[in-house]
Amino acid sequence: MLLTITTNATESATGRVPASDLGYLLHKHPDRVQAFDLPVGTAHVFYPEVSEDRCTAALLLEVDPIGLVRGKRFGGDAFALAQYVNDRPYAASSMLAVALGKVWGTALKGRCAARPDLEGVPLPLRIAVPAVPCSGGVDLGGRLFAPLGWDVTARTVALDPQVPAWGDSRYVDLVLEGTMPLADALSHLYVLLPVLDGAKHYWVSTDEVDKLVRNSGAWLASHPERDLVTRRYLAHQRSFVVDATARLDALDDTASSAFTDASELDATADGSEPPTPLVRLRAAAVLSALRDVGAHRVVDLGCGEGALLRELLTDPSFTEVVGLDVAAGVLERAERRLALERMPDSVRARLTLRQSSATYRDRALEGYDAVVLMEVVEHLDLDRLPALERSVFGHARPASVVVTTPNAEYNVRYERLPGGAMRHPDHRFEWTRAEFGVWAAHVAERYGYAVELRPVGEADPLLGPPTQLALFRRDAVSVRAGNDTSSVSGGAA
Amino acid sequence: MTRIAVPELALVALVGASGSGKSTFAAQHFGRFEVISSDFCRGLVADDENDQAASKDAFDVLGYIAGKRLAAGRLTVVDATNVSKDARRQLVELAKAHDVLPVAIVLDVPVSVAVERNRARPDRDFGAHVVRRHHDQLRRSLKGLGREGFRKVHVLSGVDEIASAEVVRERLLNDRRDEHGPFDVIGDVHGCRSELEALLGRLGYVLERDDEGRAVDASHPAGRRVVFVGDLVDRGPDTPGVLRLAMGMTAAGHALAVPGNHEHKLVRALDGARVQVSHGLETTLAQLDDEPGAFRVAVRDWCYDLVSHLVLDDGRLVVAHAGLKEAYHGRASGRVRSFALYGDTTGETDEFGLPVRYPWARDYRGRAMVLYGHTPTPDPEWVNNTMCLDTGCVFGGHLTALRYPEKEVVQVPAEQVWYEPAKPFPVAGSAGVVTDGSSRGDDDLDLADVLGRRVVETAHHGRISIRAENAAGALEVMSRFALHPRWLGYLPPTMAPVATSKRPDVLEHPDEAFTAYADAGVRDVVCEEKHMGSRAVVLVCRDADTAVRRFGAGAGETGAIHTRTGRSFLDTPLTEQLLSRVRAAVDSAGLWEELGTDWLLLDSELLPWSLKAEPLLREQYAAVGAAARAALPVAVETLERAHARGLDVADLLDRTSRRRVHAEAFTVAYRRYCWQVDGLDGVQLAPFQLLAGEGSTWHERGHLWHLEQADRLAAADPETFRSTGRVVVDTSDPQSVAAGVTWWDELTGVGGEGMVVKPSAGLVRTHQGLAQPGLKVRGREYLRIIYGPDYTAPEHLERLRDRNLGHKRSLALREYALGLEALDRLARGEPLWRVHEPVFAVLALESEPVDPRL
Repeated sequence: MLLTITTNATESATGRVPASDLGYLLHKHPDRVQAFDLPVGTAHVFYPEVSEDRCTAALLLEVDPIGLVRGKRFGGDAFALAQYVNDRPYAASSMLAVALGKVWGTALKGRCAARPDLEGVPLPLRIAVPAVPCSGGVDLGGRLFAPLGWDVTARTVALDPQVPAWGDSRYVDLVLEGTMPLADALSHLYVLLPVLDGAKHYWVSTDEVDKLVRNSGAWLASHPERDLVTRRYLAHQRSFVVDATARLDALDDTASSAFTDASELDATADGSEPPTPLVRLRAAAVLSALRDVGAHRVVDLGCGEGALLRELLTDPSFTEVVGLDVAAGVLERAERRLALERMPDSVRARLTLRQSSATYRDRALEGYDAVVLMEVVEHLDLDRLPALERSVFGHARPASVVVTTPNAEYNVRYERLPGGAMRHPDHRFEWTRAEFGVWAAHVAERYGYAVELRPVGEADPLLGPPTQLALFRRDAVSVRAGNDTSSVSGGAA
Repeated sequence: MTRIAVPELALVALVGASGSGKSTFAAQHFGRFEVISSDFCRGLVADDENDQAASKDAFDVLGYIAGKRLAAGRLTVVDATNVSKDARRQLVELAKAHDVLPVAIVLDVPVSVAVERNRARPDRDFGAHVVRRHHDQLRRSLKGLGREGFRKVHVLSGVDEIASAEVVRERLLNDRRDEHGPFDVIGDVHGCRSELEALLGRLGYVLERDDEGRAVDASHPAGRRVVFVGDLVDRGPDTPGVLRLAMGMTAAGHALAVPGNHEHKLVRALDGARVQVSHGLETTLAQLDDEPGAFRVAVRDWCYDLVSHLVLDDGRLVVAHAGLKEAYHGRASGRVRSFALYGDTTGETDEFGLPVRYPWARDYRGRAMVLYGHTPTPDPEWVNNTMCLDTGCVFGGHLTALRYPEKEVVQVPAEQVWYEPAKPFPVAGSAGVVTDGSSRGDDDLDLADVLGRRVVETAHHGRISIRAENAAGALEVMSRFALHPRWLGYLPPTMAPVATSKRPDVLEHPDEAFTAYADAGVRDVVCEEKHMGSRAVVLVCRDADTAVRRFGAGAGETGAIHTRTGRSFLDTPLTEQLLSRVRAAVDSAGLWEELGTDWLLLDSELLPWSLKAEPLLREQYAAVGAAARAALPVAVETLERAHARGLDVADLLDRTSRRRVHAEAFTVAYRRYCWQVDGLDGVQLAPFQLLAGEGSTWHERGHLWHLEQADRLAAADPETFRSTGRVVVDTSDPQSVAAGVTWWDELTGVGGEGMVVKPSAGLVRTHQGLAQPGLKVRGREYLRIIYGPDYTAPEHLERLRDRNLGHKRSLALREYALGLEALDRLARGEPLWRVHEPVFAVLALESEPVDPRL
């Protein structure tokens, strides 16, 4: 990966500044080739062009692709093939930003001991970075750098010129032109290159908050894309985001911004839902359904990271709360999010978290008051639904079952959702109100439940509510021989 | 000498005062681990065998250990004083909880002896009053022991009797494991003598008749024996005749029998108990009234002596009238008997006040085959290795027998409806008989079938254990992404690459494959072209009817085409289109008849790779190419300018230029895997192995046979099927080996992926066990997309040679054996959970951390 900085001679308050003074500012002699061994690879600094009028400094980072893997520089899964074949040796990412910070650290701080007169002098700069990964559209470069005073040229790179159908890659040839102190320019690159990429090669820890505030405090507070920058720089670690936002708000003298609302962050993280607190409304609808049926011992099947569990635990009338998910990793996150280790014994005793699957029969599910399937059914292929129905309604047979699922009709209200698309990439289907109603009636009939459909969220007069809920009750109909049992017939014994 | 009979499976409570010699007695007559002493448990929990304060904890531990042993079916002796009623009550409850017989052995020695013995032991510091108290308690207890629930009570009085006693282990009455058959197990007869005689005739038995022409015995020339599942009596026209024959056969050793609920009730009626005379009992009693009194007595005794269930053939076969869950096999308790006679109930009653039956067979996971009757069903059907043989003969259905071990059903129809059922009896083939698998309960999979640490027994590689965390990972994939398990009869195993080559320019080379097989003593190998596609398992049924009957298919499904992790490649309509092409090819090749099956499971490659992997190709491989193309030329150009300035960047420039070339080669390599498809146009299937069909697997067949069958499909439809290039190599012949190497050079020289070298014979065992079923030898350019564009640079290649293949090889063997196991089970028609077990295990093993580049 490569980065070049070019400057032309300019006039400053103290007189003409030759272009070759760039060497002083960067603390690297223009006639030498220097190599720095860094944890991310070897950084080479050299000057392909040096004259009074025009001077170019180049930073070339050579990444050792095999050392990269062996040293586990990525926080990712060492047993995934993506570890071994990836764009990291070529694309200008957080590794380049780190190299920049190491090699030109003094310049980044804006200090120039040899020539203090050059500190803070605005220079006409042209910065070229080929192969900048732009996650979220090629215009992102413009959105991030233009507000900071740059003329931005981002030329897109085809994914494969021989397969035109694949279109453009996410890489751009980025050229920034503008006049500003070198230190400012470097700080922009240092912070925004990883933001453009959207990934970090190292584990994001709490000192990242300090780093971000230290390096961008001057300009980020008023940057129109501040929230995006903060979120991406901190790699979607929610608690850090809130922390950094509060500190940036303090710099900016404004009130806390919108996305401290957890639900909105959830919704935008996967780009699937508009910024309404639908997540909250849904949880509230489920809770009120559970209270309506007087459920005390409740199973949240498909609990995810435990958003509903948290709510259930705050109400002591839910004496037993069981959170189940098919993904073991998600359960671990739920454990952290719910701060299981610090939970008071009395609350902890009410909660069980364990792995289960809706399509396998789970004997430990028998005998509960209610099973909640909140936004779960649509993640199953339709031909697996009967297995879920049998394990929940046939075998577990709780007194009540609460099911929520998106209302497909409402999707047209989501501007960011392309027509015909579903709200989440993993959704296998999304039902209209009629389809959901038919399914619910069929399940109720087959397994001896009565069903009531309820809207969740603000309903559109034509399209209905964004989410639909079905409340199944077993006690409301006479006990009949369910699918899994049969009566002893008179003649049989 | 006193003989003490102890059942082989029992909880034995030694009862006696401190110092009565219990531990000595136990050590003399029982095994080291069979005896659990309360003193020892005190020591475990309190470091002191005599710490009475620790008694409660010590007995908790004792109860826990005893429980584990009894659950595992092991005789257990409790060495404690057990002089208090409360202590004994706990032991009786423990025995009942595990359905074993509680037995008491009382050691009654004079107080003076016990006191003296205790005094001689320095660690026993409690006084004579304690021993005396024990002795008094014992005396008071002696009479009541039987009433307390002990099925046998042995009292040994005095030092001499204790010293001379002998313990004899007795087999349980239900333990007939030494009877190996072959058997003909016959369902509920209910007085249908004529049908029974007809069925015995059909089964090849020769009837023996008395002077009055009544059948009194039947024997089989081949020594087969009948097992009656009970309910011989009531409702039908000739209960005495049926009993005469059955009693004669059991007396002559030609039959075994278990009682049904109707025999149970008959005994009570004959004994004069007040029972409700209904459900056909009235018929029996009237018929028996015409018989001599002696016959009635004989009937009563015969029925009374029947043992509620029988465990036969080394535990592989269990017969009980109403079936029996696994935990009760070979056990003895009231509830075991009640289950065997009446079956399991949910505890609820239905609208008629009748108990609601619990379908225990659906949950059955035991190894033993269970045969039973009791509930009339139109057709005998396998449910998890159990079969109900009551096909309602007396209601006008059939009288059914199952030949064991052949698993062959033999039936005769009822001559007429002998007894009107309370509600219409569904006759086989009539409307309303549910046959579709989706409503059949036995394809319910239980979480306990897959989760946690598991051990799968395989025929070819012994016991293979699956770690809990791997099972957890597989559960998510199986639940969220895989096809319905009924379609997943097999997941392909991973395959190990050849040992790393020492040649300077490649990582893999055929030499190592040929050498490896030669070293293992495998002379003939087949090299098969490695297609540039995705591994695909194809399950195709001959018709929709087969798909429904055999696999419980939904509407419009006739099979499946899935990936290594069980995902469907195509949506249902496209899958069905491709399946219909496969079906047509199998039709015209005449394979259905030839192989004697109406469904086939094929191992194959589906091409192009981009069909499944387009997102990966685009987002991973093409992206790497694009980034490299954007970055490297500019870097080279920048370095050239620096070089022109006279800066010393020659090495860096050289390296960077080479990287640019590698990146181009990388792009060329992945492009070979992409071509446009439109619907099925451009999609090809390259089958290379026939995995399984009904009743058959073919892994003992040679690979050339498999490839020949695949060629027949390709000949039938060359557009859909692609033939697999192959070369046979004799690993002991240098010329043949050289030819194999040349073939690989040619394949990979034009960008081919490489080849797989397999033992020609298919499944091969060597002195070290199972041979690797195949070794892949991948091409130099193909490996660029696996190891990265620059992997061929000498400094990289040198480090990459250090790759640990041991784990991968071991994994490949284990997955291979699990795959074979799944195929065997599928072909045998075993229940879904049994097929799913090894299939799931393959997926679980695939989540083991192993270098994905291998």
